Amino acid sequence: MTAEDQPLLRVRGLEKVFPVKKGIMRRTVAQVRAVDGVSFDVGKGEILGLVGESGSGKSTTGRLILRLIEPTAGSVELEGQDVRALRGEELRKTRRDMQMVFQDPYSSLDPLATVADVVGEPFQVHFKMTRKERDNKVVELLEQVGMGSHHLRRFPAAFSGGQRQRIAVARALALEPKLIIADEPVSALDMSTQSQVVNLLLDLQERLGVAFLFIAHDLSIVHHASRRIAVMYLGAIVEVGDAEEVYARPRHPYSEALISAIPVPDPQAERDRTRIVLKGDPPSPLNPPSGCRYHTRCAYAMEICNTVDPEPTPTVNGGTVSCHLHTSGPMLNGRPISQSLRNTSG
Amino acid sequence: MTDWEAPDTGVDPFVTSGDDRRLDATTEIERGTEGLWTPSSLLTHDDVPSHVGFWKRFRRNKVATVAAIYLILLILAAIFAKQIIPQNPNYQNLLQINMRPSTAHWFGQDDLGRDVFARIIYGARISLEASFLAVALALVVAIPLGLFAGYAAGAADMVLMRISDAIQVIPALVLALVITGILGPSTTNVAFALAVVFAPGFVRLIRGQVVSVREESYVEASRSIGAKPLFIIRKRILHNVASPLIVQAAVTFGFALLAEASLSFLGLGAQEPTASWGTMLTRAFGQVYQAGWLLWIPGGAIAITVLAFNLVGDGLRDALGTETRGA
Repeated sequence: MTAEDQPLLRVRGLEKVFPVKKGIMRRTVAQVRAVDGVSFDVGKGEILGLVGESGSGKSTTGRLILRLIEPTAGSVELEGQDVRALRGEELRKTRRDMQMVFQDPYSSLDPLATVADVVGEPFQVHFKMTRKERDNKVVELLEQVGMGSHHLRRFPAAFSGGQRQRIAVARALALEPKLIIADEPVSALDMSTQSQVVNLLLDLQERLGVAFLFIAHDLSIVHHASRRIAVMYLGAIVEVGDAEEVYARPRHPYSEALISAIPVPDPQAERDRTRIVLKGDPPSPLNPPSGCRYHTRCAYAMEICNTVDPEPTPTVNGGTVSCHLHTSGPMLNGRPISQSLRNTSG
Repeated sequence: MTDWEAPDTGVDPFVTSGDDRRLDATTEIERGTEGLWTPSSLLTHDDVPSHVGFWKRFRRNKVATVAAIYLILLILAAIFAKQIIPQNPNYQNLLQINMRPSTAHWFGQDDLGRDVFARIIYGARISLEASFLAVALALVVAIPLGLFAGYAAGAADMVLMRISDAIQVIPALVLALVITGILGPSTTNVAFALAVVFAPGFVRLIRGQVVSVREESYVEASRSIGAKPLFIIRKRILHNVASPLIVQAAVTFGFALLAEASLSFLGLGAQEPTASWGTMLTRAFGQVYQAGWLLWIPGGAIAITVLAFNLVGDGLRDALGTETRGA
């Protein structure tokens, strides 16, 4: 593999196990498998959407990549360099290439620091610059995210959620990263502001060629924002594929259920369609189900699903899906779950 | 902050002018046009940085303001005691003992004919000095320890907290008494003993704040940028811990003053003939049947000053309250 075609970010078998400790002796009584063998690639300048419900391990995955949390197992490579092997100063340097935009813009900005301090922080950390130089840089960055220089001396309290998120994006851009991990960057915002921020990210990707790992629980936003989607369930990726494909023709029963939860903006169509309503809560990652982790809630569950964890199977156009429907039973072989299958299994 | 600009008061901040609030979902980003995202007409008084609002909020509390003015005057008097009262506070006039207040001697004269007003002012010097030293020493020790315990967490945190628990189970005054007893009576030793007594409380307070601030995502953001722990503690955590610490320090100052007076009263602090509020009280106590009113003067000074510190503490808490500080 040459340097040209290697992906920007390569995640293989990433795992994080959180011990549950109890009592004064802090004995480990259980383990939460928050992220359980996640693998994916993010290409240069690509936006990969990572969707899944709350508690599926999306955010943890993002933090593991940045090593804000130490992974238990697996590998993370940024341009072929093993991020997990980095220590001290090297890690700090590499962090310049990967930045993060956090979910809640109300807590991701220090309330007692001015915009100049917040956005200028990366320069303060990595370069020796005078205050003046820093402020000039900050003004440039603010322009990139559509904000004016007169905000420089203001405190975060003066801004709306959307503006705060812009400031957070400006901070993430400061070091000209190759990858930005956007952890639910819009879910704390109003509907009207959400699309502004998403459009801003798309615009930045286009102009600056930054790659994004776009984490969200809202499939419609991810579908809009990204070319490729990875669907996560209970700490594992169940389907990866082209955004349009996954959205229109899901291969995994869970993706299908997620998509079916998106309302259709047409009252007639909305009434006519059959929604797949998942029963119950997701199983606890403290005690994940045997076999396929989704079988307890899957409408198509078969015998084999109780015992064997499905391997990823390639789909027709470059994606993968981890589901027994493709390798046994109806033998879908990477084809979408069809309407007929849905009807027969009721 | 001097570079904060007052919002344009000529425009009603809530009246939107024309169509500059088109914030519909499909709006594309227009770079360079400020209006769409930050219509200046939408900027409200939330813009006021916390530092500017602080004095305004503090002044609204009349009682705390009066208390603060009293303390400032007292501190100035203590600093410039020599200029205000050139005479030696230890000058005795045995012909005029236990004299009631007069125009010549505002607070009267004690059992050795010394001017009580002079002694109160010079005594303020000792009392304030000792309290200041005690609080400052406690803070110097507690700030790094508290920050460290809170940020490092784990075993170091646990050990530090258990040590401070151990110190805190002993009643404050008793502990100070023992330490001063061992070190020998002197104002410096009293200050040192009080610092030992106060430090655990400060450590605990700082640690608690750090633990809660550490979980904020702006700290995580700093880490993701690649900031080193010391940078994060200095730039992100310390100032967010400052408000409760300032309040606590003000209140502790009052307690230190009281404790210093108590220890001096018991003979462990300043020694005669040096004037301190505690020793004056002891002295007056011996004259309780001859001139009972003498007790009122150092007693009143202590009570009023401790009260003032507490009131200022309350005022600071209200003015610095984190909930108002954000907005």
